[in-house]
Amino acid sequence: MSNRIFGLLLAASILLCVGAPLMIAWAPYESTMGLVQKIFYFHVPSWMIMFLSVFICGVASMFVIFRRSYRADRIALAAAELAVVFGLIGLVTGPLWARKAWGVWWQWDARLTSALVLWTIFIAYLLLRRYGGPGSERLSAAVALFGMANVPFVYWSVNVWRTVHPKTTVVPSLGPGMREAFWWCAGAFLCVYLLFLVLRIRLEEKRLELESLYLTSEDQYKNYG
Amino acid sequence: MTLLDFDCVTLSNVSHAYGRRYALKQVSLTCKSGEILGVFGPNGAGKSTFLTLLSTLLDPSSGEIRYGEVAPGVPGAALRARIGLLGHDLHLYPELSARENLEFFARLYGVNDLYQTVDSALKRSGIVDRGHEPISKFSRGMRQRVAIERALMHRPRLVLLDEPFTGLDDVAMRSLSVRLRELRLDGVIIVIATHDLDFSAGFIDRAAILKSGKLVTIETAANKLRSSYEAHIYGGA
Amino acid sequence: MLKAPESHLSTPGFFRVVCLMVMKDLAVETRSKEIVYTTIFFAVSCMLVFAFGFVQEGREIDHVAAGILWVTVTFAGTLALGRTFERERQNETLRAILIAPVDRPAIYVGKFVVLLVLMAAVEVIVVPLVSLMFQVPIFEHSILLVLLLITGTAGFLAVGTLFAAMLVRVKSRGVLLPVVLYPMTIPVIIAGVRGTALLFQPEADLAMAQAWIGMLVFFDTVFITLALWVFEPLMKE
Repeated sequence: MSNRIFGLLLAASILLCVGAPLMIAWAPYESTMGLVQKIFYFHVPSWMIMFLSVFICGVASMFVIFRRSYRADRIALAAAELAVVFGLIGLVTGPLWARKAWGVWWQWDARLTSALVLWTIFIAYLLLRRYGGPGSERLSAAVALFGMANVPFVYWSVNVWRTVHPKTTVVPSLGPGMREAFWWCAGAFLCVYLLFLVLRIRLEEKRLELESLYLTSEDQYKNYG
Repeated sequence: MTLLDFDCVTLSNVSHAYGRRYALKQVSLTCKSGEILGVFGPNGAGKSTFLTLLSTLLDPSSGEIRYGEVAPGVPGAALRARIGLLGHDLHLYPELSARENLEFFARLYGVNDLYQTVDSALKRSGIVDRGHEPISKFSRGMRQRVAIERALMHRPRLVLLDEPFTGLDDVAMRSLSVRLRELRLDGVIIVIATHDLDFSAGFIDRAAILKSGKLVTIETAANKLRSSYEAHIYGGA
Repeated sequence: MLKAPESHLSTPGFFRVVCLMVMKDLAVETRSKEIVYTTIFFAVSCMLVFAFGFVQEGREIDHVAAGILWVTVTFAGTLALGRTFERERQNETLRAILIAPVDRPAIYVGKFVVLLVLMAAVEVIVVPLVSLMFQVPIFEHSILLVLLLITGTAGFLAVGTLFAAMLVRVKSRGVLLPVVLYPMTIPVIIAGVRGTALLFQPEADLAMAQAWIGMLVFFDTVFITLALWVFEPLMKE
């Protein structure tokens, strides 16, 4: 990962994150919900990033399974962790909004529920990696791949399941002045995500380097000790 | 169906790591046809990993294994048809009878003269009259004899045995060693991982001694095997 | 230099291997009957627990029958999956099959078919029991109900067989199987429960139930294909 790209990402993230509160403050109030609606600028981008991360993890996992690529494995792990993190942001902001807007924490909203299911799939990925012992990289890659393939099914089934009950959607449509703020925030989230992804991949690379050094030194110690 | 064949198996700098730990480090070795190679070492030395790598069920983390001139990647199934493996757990279904076990595996391998092969396997393992009883009723030694025949039914070129003498009485051990010598005359490559130094010294051609995943020495003189083993394993070489 | 051996093997094709695996597993299961009995008993106990949980003063809370049915099938299925592969692991027979020169995906299909048969046996007991305990009609739209059960169970097992097979060497496999399986099969559960509930209600919504069956067929196709694709590289240790 080139240092220049890293520097660029860092600069972009700072710029966008500093600008975001300003953009949000400047955006007009939504007619019915007032200030509460502004949580939307965090909520929806987090979901978008979670789906992006799921996709990246799924694709990287294909390389892990078929090409045995270590590089792809590091990317898959970082992407899975970030999918869980950004999913968590979405899962926390959603109920906060719902509580303020409709007085109930959880409404079994179709999109929220689908995201929750996808989120649990990737928690399972992390649990398998952690507790599956050596060689669990490929096994969890299968989970990620299946998880990615499952996205349309989860979405469709939860959606149809929900239409039987009265629907209250958490995401209203975007008014005119809000569009700029929304895309600014989406951009900010994207830059932050890519920054974290690069950082996490680097961290994993360093960790593996450390482990192999550890192995070699252990080896030498045994020879001389 | 054309059969793959090879007259030697070569390991070049083969290492295998399980996560943080190296089970086998930089092992280089050639096994030739018509040779019985004994693999010795304390527990955790890497003997089982060595056999599993040779069986193609495991890929080395680094280094290469060649079968004749062929690397294992490409002709997967054709290569596996020429390998026979007998692990510590015998690979038999306890609910099925000896005959059913042998017939299942013979069919899986596609052995041509099925009933003939199964009959002679049963005869060799000395279980003809009890061939219809479920294997769970047999002693460990009897099951071992059936298991050995199962591994040899498809006439493999490379035979890998993990602790084949466990649970065998003297008679059975002797007949197994005779069987292995017969196979050697047919040009089969035999690799045995075992703890039993003294008995094996009697019929193996070479001994590879492993310690902590490393190949410390290859011994060819039978009378020097015990002393060599003790020097390398306990002498702290 | 050795002569190239005459071919004494005719390796069986894909469907032959599937048949061999299925016949073998059915033979093993009919002898011991362990998995069938314990799974059926477990399913019935599960239903009893739910009945006590959800039935108050002899009246069921509306529409729980479908949910109870599918949760029971899920739990029983997980048990059957775990037990089937545990049995292969105990005698290392899975290893012996993997080293045979067979098409690896055929192993997956063989296991899948056997588990489907096993779960069918369980459902034959559980579904009438549901009808008895919760007074729901099972004969009115029996064809659709059967289709729903088949496609739903197949979807669950398509993913489950792969995951159970790949977890066979993992230490915490008992708990990790449900952990990875349940979130993945939520669409199947939703479709199964909703479809069944629609068939159980007084004015059954046949069109919607058919839509759920359609989704399940699609799910099954996609995931069986994925599993076949991924099975071989995952089975290498």
